[in-house]
Amino acid sequence: MKTPSDDALDRLREVTQWPDLSGTRYELVGEVARGGMGVVYRARDRELERDVALKVIAAFAADPDTTARLRREARILAHLEHPGIVPVHDVGELPDGRVYYAMKLVTGERLDALAAGLPLRERLRLLLRICEPVAFAHAHGVIHRDLKPENVMVGPFGEVLVLDWGVAKHRAEPGVAGGSEAPALAAPVAAPGATAHGTVVGTPAYMAPEQSRGEVERVDARSDVYALGAILYFMLAGRAPGRPLVSPEAPTRTWAGPRPADLGPGIAAPRELVPGLPRALEAICLKAMAVEPERRYAAVTDLASDVGAFLEGERVSAYPEGLLGRVRRFAVKYRTPILLVLAYLVMRVVLLLVARV
Amino acid sequence: MNKPLVGIVVGGIVGVFDGLSALFSAPEVAPEIAGIIVGSTFKGVIVGLIAGFFARKVNSLPLGIAVGLAAGLAFAYLIAMSPDPTTGKHYYWEIMLPGSLAGAIVGYATQRFGRRPGEARA
Repeated sequence: MKTPSDDALDRLREVTQWPDLSGTRYELVGEVARGGMGVVYRARDRELERDVALKVIAAFAADPDTTARLRREARILAHLEHPGIVPVHDVGELPDGRVYYAMKLVTGERLDALAAGLPLRERLRLLLRICEPVAFAHAHGVIHRDLKPENVMVGPFGEVLVLDWGVAKHRAEPGVAGGSEAPALAAPVAAPGATAHGTVVGTPAYMAPEQSRGEVERVDARSDVYALGAILYFMLAGRAPGRPLVSPEAPTRTWAGPRPADLGPGIAAPRELVPGLPRALEAICLKAMAVEPERRYAAVTDLASDVGAFLEGERVSAYPEGLLGRVRRFAVKYRTPILLVLAYLVMRVVLLLVARV
Repeated sequence: MNKPLVGIVVGGIVGVFDGLSALFSAPEVAPEIAGIIVGSTFKGVIVGLIAGFFARKVNSLPLGIAVGLAAGLAFAYLIAMSPDPTTGKHYYWEIMLPGSLAGAIVGYATQRFGRRPGEARA
């Protein structure tokens, strides 16, 4: 059991680890989050009198590579001006030489904590809002490479922000298909659930197979499509998909039959976990999470358009439906007018029968 | 097409069919069917106009249906108040029940279709 003096000691330890912000316009308020290479603090901008988030390289991780990585992350974010991407205000250096950047302080709830309590349609609308900034980034040549529910923040007014662009890559950089430099992502990922850096990029459960196998040249926008499919999986099944193929030696498993032909090994199909799930929705998820990038949606906008079509009761490109399926979809989409007209006709028949009695 | 216009068109069409259906539910009114159809169409148009203006202001399917139903019921009651000139009989149920449902259909249509002011054309 902790005593008040233990708490005081913990607080003292925490405060002594805080970075020295003297010489900057910021005043530290507290720690917000801690990641693999950096720590995010809440700080007060004295000039503009507002609170901001400061991302600072952790003292143990401060080296030229990490410094360059943080600067690059800030630069990428600064070039992506979108309501769904946290804006960067400033980049600077602390007295001890560590680099930091200041960004908008994001308040709200993380998607992993929020999603479970929402109705299905609301979850799908959230996914659509996540797709927007990701598609925007892709249009600007940036691949996020670490999309997961923990990196999505939903604000109090339903605004969605995609966070942690620390392992994002520009198309012109190494580690992305079409990149001009030598591959730098050859090693597979370490511990599950962790977002590391250096040779490690991404989070296993949400990582595209080609990314986890270190097939650098194949990592492109479709790798983010896979991650978005995995987020959809999480939103549908309430848990992250099983760990995909991480060993470069392990063969790519292919499934026979119509389903789950495209699903990675060790991953249960969403309907196995949630039997009542609409098949069309599962088909969208499976297509986004196909093992082979060629079998996924070519772009995030295609995925979003299928999710939007599902929400509107329209035909979903990932799910070929028969006549019965089409009729069922039509009946569901227009159930209100169908019920009203049926009620009208039934009433007319009843009145007719009553009149004849 | 704006919402009041959708209401007028759908209300008119539903009104024509609603009037025609009297031939089945009360065949004895056949001699007056033309007047019934005109009255029913007029009622449908007025209900459609009310539902259409409501849909311009309020974006809610359940409320739109409720307003259409209430307006249809109210106007059908006004019509049902006057008895059949030949038999002197009142047709409250035969007029009010289908009239209210026809109003609900019009209420639905005005919520689902048509443009609100300021909305871009499709």
